[in-house]
Amino acid sequence: MLDYRRDLIDQVEWVWKETLAIHRRAPETRLASSLSVIEIFVALYYGGVLKFDASNPLNEGRDRCIISKGHGSICMYPILADLGFFPIEELQNVCQTGGFLGGIPDPIIPGYETVNGSLGHGLGVATGIAVALKTKKSNSSVFVVTGDGELHEGANWEAIMFASHHKLDNLHLIVDNNNISMLDHTDNIVSHSNLLNRLTSFGWECVEVDGHDVVAVLDVLLEQKNNTNNKPKAIIAKTLKGKGVPGLENASLSHIINPKPDLIDSLLGKK
Amino acid sequence: MNIEPSAMRDVFLERIWQEMLHNPLIFFVSADFGSPVLDKIRKDFPERFINVGIAEQNLINITAGLAIEGYTVFAYAIAPFITMRCYEQIRVSLALLSEVRPMNVNLIGVGAGYSYVVSGPTHQCYEDITIMRALPNFQVLSPADHITADKLFDGCVSSNGLKYLRFDAQILPVIYEAGPPKISDGFHVHQQGEKICLIATGYMLHTAFQVANEIAKDGEKLGVIDIFNLTHFSADRLKTVLAPYSAIVSCEEGFRGRGGLDAMLFEFIAKSNLNVKTLSIGVEPGYSFELGSRIELHEKVGIGIQSILKKVRPFIQTIPN
Repeated sequence: MLDYRRDLIDQVEWVWKETLAIHRRAPETRLASSLSVIEIFVALYYGGVLKFDASNPLNEGRDRCIISKGHGSICMYPILADLGFFPIEELQNVCQTGGFLGGIPDPIIPGYETVNGSLGHGLGVATGIAVALKTKKSNSSVFVVTGDGELHEGANWEAIMFASHHKLDNLHLIVDNNNISMLDHTDNIVSHSNLLNRLTSFGWECVEVDGHDVVAVLDVLLEQKNNTNNKPKAIIAKTLKGKGVPGLENASLSHIINPKPDLIDSLLGKK
Repeated sequence: MNIEPSAMRDVFLERIWQEMLHNPLIFFVSADFGSPVLDKIRKDFPERFINVGIAEQNLINITAGLAIEGYTVFAYAIAPFITMRCYEQIRVSLALLSEVRPMNVNLIGVGAGYSYVVSGPTHQCYEDITIMRALPNFQVLSPADHITADKLFDGCVSSNGLKYLRFDAQILPVIYEAGPPKISDGFHVHQQGEKICLIATGYMLHTAFQVANEIAKDGEKLGVIDIFNLTHFSADRLKTVLAPYSAIVSCEEGFRGRGGLDAMLFEFIAKSNLNVKTLSIGVEPGYSFELGSRIELHEKVGIGIQSILKKVRPFIQTIPN
């Protein structure tokens, strides 16, 4: 666990750069959706929210972190490597023959719990895990990180109904609310503008937070984790897709835009 | 000995209830689908019984979550819904995830073929063999009576893995009066024939017996085999059993020529270098909204006794002695 504000902000900066560097080497990876979610993962993994054991990733006492927005989690590679889930040299092998860090993360990666390449599956499986943990009388919690675009998948709403009915207060949904799906802003596809009200009306305890304020994200995560009030918890993290990259940030087509290598080099201070 | 026939699901659920009495790692998840025996499970094990509602995608997702946490899960719904409504959930979070996370999941689909006789094509199921056998890591189990269903339970609870059980919704006559088949073989030889062997699964085994009886009156003895494991059967033994025949007739209550039992057997025949002619008996592909008894519906789609006789009799003539 890092010693709070400055360290967390520095860590966000390091992960951001490493994510850009990975994309520079492996342009097949999805960059923009990996940049909106960095603060969320840094808060979860470095802020003392998640219990984990990098040397034994499936340790029974761990908190389960389900990364549902698979493509948009390339930023998890440097985090997991830094924390010792696998050697940091593997970051050089992303999308390479013989490596295990793909363009879309697979569950063979230490630290990944489930299959996530197809969207809209993570929350439902996380809900099943939450039931199992309750039945085992486990103190572990389940965190699931989704995009907002994938909330168009109806199976999510089956799980959302189910979780509040079953009072799964060990289930934590974090929505990377960058407002952009693959082809457009979600408001131009099917709007999620009232997501907070929707989740609240489904019986979830739901708060909005600036998803790029890592300390604010951490504060909400810790507060919700300690709140056993019979309600599943949701955080709507207001974020920017492509955060920090000119031409990418908040661009409608950012999901499929690859910034030019020269631009990445200059952002990484290599020019 | 005279065994009273039972519904497959009732005997199977009774076994689950008995297992739950001493095994705390069993979960039963239903998509708002019941049975009289299920009432016992609901009442006696409220912590390990979940009705997810009419939500098969969530049924599978909840099942996957429970299973990777170490529970043995029985998930229960009407056959077309537990296979087709949630096929991608089955593919991703069961078939695919089970490559890296061990799990014991048993999908119980009730309503194989035309067994929901008057409910029409939404509730009838002619595609499940095809799509479920397409998924690696799944066993597709298709019993013809409640004795087999009961015996299949042993392997379901004791071995990790993914199984799809396709149960008839009706009470079918008892086949295995003298004792259950050898489950590890995946098939059972009921009668030895001369030139031609009928290989049937589920309800169609009962039809195959009647077809064989009719053909016997013509002086031709047909072999009859029940295949109840459509993915994991003893290939060596089946090859030996089929070697003396000149022709094989597949009989299924599913679409003909669409990747079901016929495709499975014909692939097996080709792979085994068996020199046999083949005939596929299955539902003529298409959807019908006509009403009638199961027997009448079967005649309309080409799998009733008379329809089969019309195909098998000329087929026999093409097989040299």
